[in-house]
Amino acid sequence: MSSSKQALAHPASSAEAAPGTTPGAARGARGRGGPAAPDSWRSRLYRWDMKASPYAFVAPFFVLFGAFSLVPLLYTAWYSLHDVQLSALDHQTWAGLDNYKNLLSSDFFWNALRNTLSIGVISTVPQLLAALGLAHLLNYRLRGSTAWRVVMLTPYATSVAAATLVFTLLYSWDGGMVNWVLHFFGVDPVNWRESDWGSQFAVSSIVIWRWTGYNALIYLAAMQAIPADLYESAAIDGANRWQQFRHVTIPQLRPTILFTVVVSTIGATQLFGEPLLFGGVSGSKGGSEHQYQTLGLYMYDQGWIIGNLGKASAIAWSMFLILLIVAAVNLLLTRRLRKSQ
Amino acid sequence: MRTSIRRSRRLMALAAVAALTTGLLAGCANDSDDGSSNDSGGDGGGGKGRITLTIGTFGVFGYKQAGLYDEYMKLHKDISIKENVTTRTDVYWPKVLTRLQAGSGTDDVQAIEVGNITEAVQTQANKFVDLGKEVDKSQWLDWKLAQATTKDGRTIGLGTDIGPMAICYRKDLFRKAGLETDRTKLAARWKGDWAKYVDVGKQYMQKAPNGTKFVDSASSVYNAALGGAETRYYDKDGNVVWDESAGVKKSWDAAMAVATSNMSAKLKQFDKPWDQGFANGTFATVACPAWMIGYIEQKSGDAGKGNWDVAAAPTAANWGGSFLGVPTAGKHQKEAIELVKWLTAPEQQAKVFAKQASFPSTPSAYASLKPAADTTTYFSNAPITQIFADSAKTIPVQYFGVKDQPINSALTDVGILQVEQKGKSPEQGWDAAKNEIKDVLGQ
Repeated sequence: MSSSKQALAHPASSAEAAPGTTPGAARGARGRGGPAAPDSWRSRLYRWDMKASPYAFVAPFFVLFGAFSLVPLLYTAWYSLHDVQLSALDHQTWAGLDNYKNLLSSDFFWNALRNTLSIGVISTVPQLLAALGLAHLLNYRLRGSTAWRVVMLTPYATSVAAATLVFTLLYSWDGGMVNWVLHFFGVDPVNWRESDWGSQFAVSSIVIWRWTGYNALIYLAAMQAIPADLYESAAIDGANRWQQFRHVTIPQLRPTILFTVVVSTIGATQLFGEPLLFGGVSGSKGGSEHQYQTLGLYMYDQGWIIGNLGKASAIAWSMFLILLIVAAVNLLLTRRLRKSQ
Repeated sequence: MRTSIRRSRRLMALAAVAALTTGLLAGCANDSDDGSSNDSGGDGGGGKGRITLTIGTFGVFGYKQAGLYDEYMKLHKDISIKENVTTRTDVYWPKVLTRLQAGSGTDDVQAIEVGNITEAVQTQANKFVDLGKEVDKSQWLDWKLAQATTKDGRTIGLGTDIGPMAICYRKDLFRKAGLETDRTKLAARWKGDWAKYVDVGKQYMQKAPNGTKFVDSASSVYNAALGGAETRYYDKDGNVVWDESAGVKKSWDAAMAVATSNMSAKLKQFDKPWDQGFANGTFATVACPAWMIGYIEQKSGDAGKGNWDVAAAPTAANWGGSFLGVPTAGKHQKEAIELVKWLTAPEQQAKVFAKQASFPSTPSAYASLKPAADTTTYFSNAPITQIFADSAKTIPVQYFGVKDQPINSALTDVGILQVEQKGKSPEQGWDAAKNEIKDVLGQ
């Protein structure tokens, strides 16, 4: 057990070192070359090659990023300062910050922001806790451990559409399986799609179902890199399994946990597919009282259903700014945690 | 030697990367006007080559099912037809709008739903060919033609089907509830007013068979009633009048009577649970525009065979229906116009009716209409042709507006749904819809 863990840990560390060494080596090589006298054509080409090739290799990503992310992003910003209708894209009238002011005074926007936060919390927190627990269990010696791990990943491999359709049927208020089970416990049928908390819970459960296994595998990978002697010495000190988990596993996993928190937060802010499909025919409204209309849905509703592209662009940029704030808060927290260590 | 091999390898890698990048970019560039790839070998070769006409539709139009594409291709050896189907209208229409304005990427023929036709007429008319010059306009029902015609008389789309209204009901459930099952007597009971239909519902609920409701949803009653109203959300001159419109008020009241009286199965139309409702027979009636016939037959399956019947609706009304337009950005306008003319001609509309009961918008087809034998037995030998034709001829001219669809969904998916499913009062539902519509209109 312990040897296998260490064996797993080693390649990881050497792989980490690898990308760092090569550019340094290249620099050294160039330095040794020095200011050689009259450069031949070949060596000039060679040097040019050394300098340019890395850029050529990374260029495809940046070209595509520029074409499909940066330009649309800036164009969206431009749109958000105009009054633009989907039916008249070439008639843009300057609106200044009107779209943003409009948003700040719109109940629907604040409602969507609140929903995004609350759905984000009730989906991310249980999901990460469950993932941690599952990873801990999978870290024990198990019969058919590979099979268990593959099963963990299946929900993630399922398409959002397929998963949501099944959940919609499970949660349908008349004849759905969830209400049928609840009925045995004497609970009255819940109208999952229209009730306030019920609908948010239902949407969250789809997110939790899809992403728990994915996060569990990330945790598992990190757990396997924890040196076994830490556990051994903890055991010698008389720590039981739970104490080992709390005082060895969790502190060692801190960077990984932070990473998953950041990634899940970004995912939660952009939540779109699950509530849209869960809502069925008019899903972009997120329920008759917008109970589960997230920012993503509100943007879609404004832009593509109502046709108000200027306002939709303003929502898109607001989402972007919110994500920047979230990232900043995460950065601060990370620094704090590093210092405290 | 070794170094040179290395170098050439590197160069090759570089070249490969460069080629990949340009290839990708070129791929993207091609993507935006994929119409151009269609005419390869078209007019280029000098002789008459094969032309691919593309037709963009949503949902099920029934042309493929009725074999019309094959028939047309047999008649025109040099043409092949490709249908691009987008299932949902709310996805289809924004896509068409952006492509129309970009001036590229549109299909040669583009279908337009009745809820979008006013927006197309008022904002996109110059992007469509005037089809009025190409056909005998008197073939179409006046109100249908008027919907697709601009103020200066350009017709941007030819009518396909319409949605004249009837009531489809489960004879077996009616019998169990101790109600009249004869279609003419039922039609007479609720004739003229949707409130009378609601009264029948109240009677049904007194002895309703276990687990069944009278109607699928309050929204469907609303839409059916509104389809027969003189004014909807806009007046003749294009002003928004939704909150003073008598038609909206009356339809709202009928829907409220349903929503507050436990006679609704509280389903949302076109949702999966609604389909299940058909299969399990959990509601006894559904407002039944002609296109609903095919839907019921498909979703109710064998269990519903012979149990369904069709009666005339309280008022003549229209719900749904589409148009075919030819964008000026298309590559093969002449051929596309010919195809549209042929597809919307009375004979072809009759063929689609025979396959899938989509009702023609050309009255001259009515005399020869024959529903499929299966459909007739499925609906207890009801004279559906007669019922729909009678309704079609008395439908009032309605004026639609640019934001008709979002306003409608604010009333049904917010206002009515809150009353029906969340137990809000009709006043609260109305206020919620009002807020929503303010948002839609940007007020």
